[in-house]
Amino acid sequence: MSGTTFRPEFPREGGTRANPKTAAWRGLLLPLGFLAPAIFFLGVWVVYPTFATMVRSLYSDRGDRFVGLENYRRLFSDDIIFTAIKNNFLWVLFIPLGVTAVGLVFAVLTERVRWSVAFKIAVFIPLAVSLFAVGVIWRIMYQQDPERGVINAAIVAVQGVVSERGVISTAAPSTDDLEGTTQTGISLKEPVRTGEVALLGLTAIRAPEIPEGAQDARAPEPLQGGITGVVWRDFKPGGGTPGEVEAEEVGLGGVTVELREPGSNRAVERTTTEADGTFAFEEVADGEYTVAVARNTFAEPFEGFNWLGPSLITPAIMLSYIWVSAGFAMVIIAAGLAAIPRDTIEAARTDGATEFQIFRRITIPQLMPVLTVVFVTQIIACLKIFDLVLAIAPGSSRNDATLLAFEMWRRAFSGQNLFGLGSAISTFLLLLFIPFLIVNVRRFRAEAR
Amino acid sequence: MRKRGFFLLALLVALLAFAAGCGGGEEEGAGGDTAAATGGGGDTGGGEDVSGSINVLAVWTGAEGEAFQAVLDGFKEQYPNVNVSYQSAQDPATVLSTSVEGGNPPDVAALPSPGIMADFAGRGALKPIDFARSAIEENYAPVWLELGTVENELYGLFFKGANKSTVWYNVAAFENAGVEPPEDWETFLQNAETLKASGTPAYSIGGADGWTLTDLFENIYLRTAGPEKYDQLATHEIPWTDQSVKDALAEMAKVLGDAENVAGGTSGALQTDFPTSVTQVFADPPKAAQVIEGDFVGGVIGAETQAEPETGFNVYAFPNIGDGPEGAVVGGGDVIVMFKDNPAARALIQYLATPDAAAIWAERGGFSSPNKNLDAEVYPDELTRTTATALAEAEVFRFDLSDLQPAAFGSDAMFSLLQDFLRNPEDVDGIAQKLEDAAAKAYGG
Repeated sequence: MSGTTFRPEFPREGGTRANPKTAAWRGLLLPLGFLAPAIFFLGVWVVYPTFATMVRSLYSDRGDRFVGLENYRRLFSDDIIFTAIKNNFLWVLFIPLGVTAVGLVFAVLTERVRWSVAFKIAVFIPLAVSLFAVGVIWRIMYQQDPERGVINAAIVAVQGVVSERGVISTAAPSTDDLEGTTQTGISLKEPVRTGEVALLGLTAIRAPEIPEGAQDARAPEPLQGGITGVVWRDFKPGGGTPGEVEAEEVGLGGVTVELREPGSNRAVERTTTEADGTFAFEEVADGEYTVAVARNTFAEPFEGFNWLGPSLITPAIMLSYIWVSAGFAMVIIAAGLAAIPRDTIEAARTDGATEFQIFRRITIPQLMPVLTVVFVTQIIACLKIFDLVLAIAPGSSRNDATLLAFEMWRRAFSGQNLFGLGSAISTFLLLLFIPFLIVNVRRFRAEAR
Repeated sequence: MRKRGFFLLALLVALLAFAAGCGGGEEEGAGGDTAAATGGGGDTGGGEDVSGSINVLAVWTGAEGEAFQAVLDGFKEQYPNVNVSYQSAQDPATVLSTSVEGGNPPDVAALPSPGIMADFAGRGALKPIDFARSAIEENYAPVWLELGTVENELYGLFFKGANKSTVWYNVAAFENAGVEPPEDWETFLQNAETLKASGTPAYSIGGADGWTLTDLFENIYLRTAGPEKYDQLATHEIPWTDQSVKDALAEMAKVLGDAENVAGGTSGALQTDFPTSVTQVFADPPKAAQVIEGDFVGGVIGAETQAEPETGFNVYAFPNIGDGPEGAVVGGGDVIVMFKDNPAARALIQYLATPDAAAIWAERGGFSSPNKNLDAEVYPDELTRTTATALAEAEVFRFDLSDLQPAAFGSDAMFSLLQDFLRNPEDVDGIAQKLEDAAAKAYGG
């Protein structure tokens, strides 16, 4: 500083000589002028709210009473918040790894695919969609009913090729004379002797499943040396008399009926009913038999997975998140790949390394800085997931899908107004962020050097 | 250097805090000015005397928003010097609690439940509306006045009501099974068996939305335990482990217990949201024969299905159970409250208490008024008339119990616990105990 006073300065406009003190001020003013907007906005929207939230977490829900650490005690004694912490842990465990791995695979593959740009755009597009919209899309795709949810529809379609569908999907015995369910087949309790007639009345049959061209049921004549009978829908409007074949009640055609040895489930003979529901076993060896509607009549196609149920909901939401983030990881990693000097790879190839060895020993180590960036970013990103839970989990499995950010919103803003507890959750979440933020800032510094 | 930077930042933060405080203060001042300028006019004269501009916040959007705007336009005709601006919010309680915390609430708002009203009143955010007492006494059954009162102070006017004691059914499915709308609980349960035998499950349950289950519970509880116990349970004077609660849960299990008689089975019901629980009853083929929910089901049927009133769908009142009260109605309602006391806001609340204001929305449909002096002829169709008059003339009316609870219990824990009950309807004692635990926590905290 002192040196400058000796040096003659060019007179400025207006001829005043700059005094060293004001010069220092000016030197400060300029950067400050540039920084002011940033400081202002950061102050209003980041610094002040952060500290206000911390202070708020020490007050009661209505904000009128200082309660010390009471809100934190509530936080750690709440079962649902505990689930949220557990789920957040699972997310941090699986998501960064999953996203980085999928992104790496895509990035490496796109290097070798012909339409790589088109492929990259397709993988990248989900990132441009708002997370909430993504959630809505996946919620619809995850519906259990294959008529609504495309994922189960696909699974069922594949299954449908393999397994055969029965004539009727639901039915129940119409009287106590019958027993069994659609899983075991429905049979008469009392054994039937040759020459007798078996009446198998079923109810709870869905109207659209009544076979086309069904005729009114009729009880068949007894048959000498054989067993006859009828399988019919033992229901007419109002109910009718259970166990009696009445007018307006239709026979069920195409149903498999089997004779079983009494006391066992082994079928001796099988036949199929006519359009009026009647069937006949001719020339049966004399004796007693159990008459049953066979199980395959009710064979139901696979109904699909209960994605949105309590046990699968968290993996389901994670999957949708990976779908979104894979594009981000792929783009960053692909950029990293492009920056790797080719000569090391060429050299390895010349030395006779296999492609896999090159990938493991050359590409991955050189990519490590990029992979770490993706990994840490994803840890931070998945700690703050909120919208996917809100959009995907139906009310009945929210308690199983919940995450800390979601709990914060739910306690403070969903109408519960537990602002003290909500602030405590926010502050706790901030504490969880800090280690990863430090790691990230250190990295930036190291790179700047 | 570092230190100075921090100091500057702190200064900036302090300045901001000061500015924010000033902003709030100015707002208050402006409100007071309007009141002072127009306060002398008195409210006996014509509408021209009152002037000012007020903000109204409510949940209504779309067709409902237009209907409410028409009601406000009716107000504007009477009070040409008042500017009313209407703002809708998907979740008024949240928006309001933030704006109250920030010191800048709207003048008038519609809240979805008396519980939320009591919450705001407890925080001192609401202004009493005693000036409207005589109008409410004249136009409403006494129960509505009680519901609008918090600790002997009148705060709320119920403008829009909801009758939640209705069952909506697919007429073809009922004809197919040969059953008639039941009068009592035994017939109701018998019908369910007959419907099942006919191949259409009796019940469609929107279990993904917990409130459909609380509504079912409340309807049963009001009828099995009676209105006195209902009131005691609503204020947590009796615990949820009370025998009356267990009895009601046991009756509820008769509905939920037979998974084959519920559309989609138990896990299907838990994933079915309310709109789907309605549309699947009127799909072709129907997935279930009836859905137990409030009068607003009619709106969903009209908007999202092809079913025609009376030939395709119809409605009956939730049946009586045993010796329970006849014609009991569980319902809901949107309660109008005042956050800022000024003549224009007062005038609006007076206006909303009149049958004329209710008639404007009633004739547009999708609206049940608790106003008993509203001519039932204005309702656009027979079904609305039935459900709306049942509400306004109910001998025993009780407000939706879950809406009277602290939100942490009534719109959260109670939902998920009844969903657990739907998952496992045999566990009556366990659920009663868990409900009690959650209620105790919400009341204690």
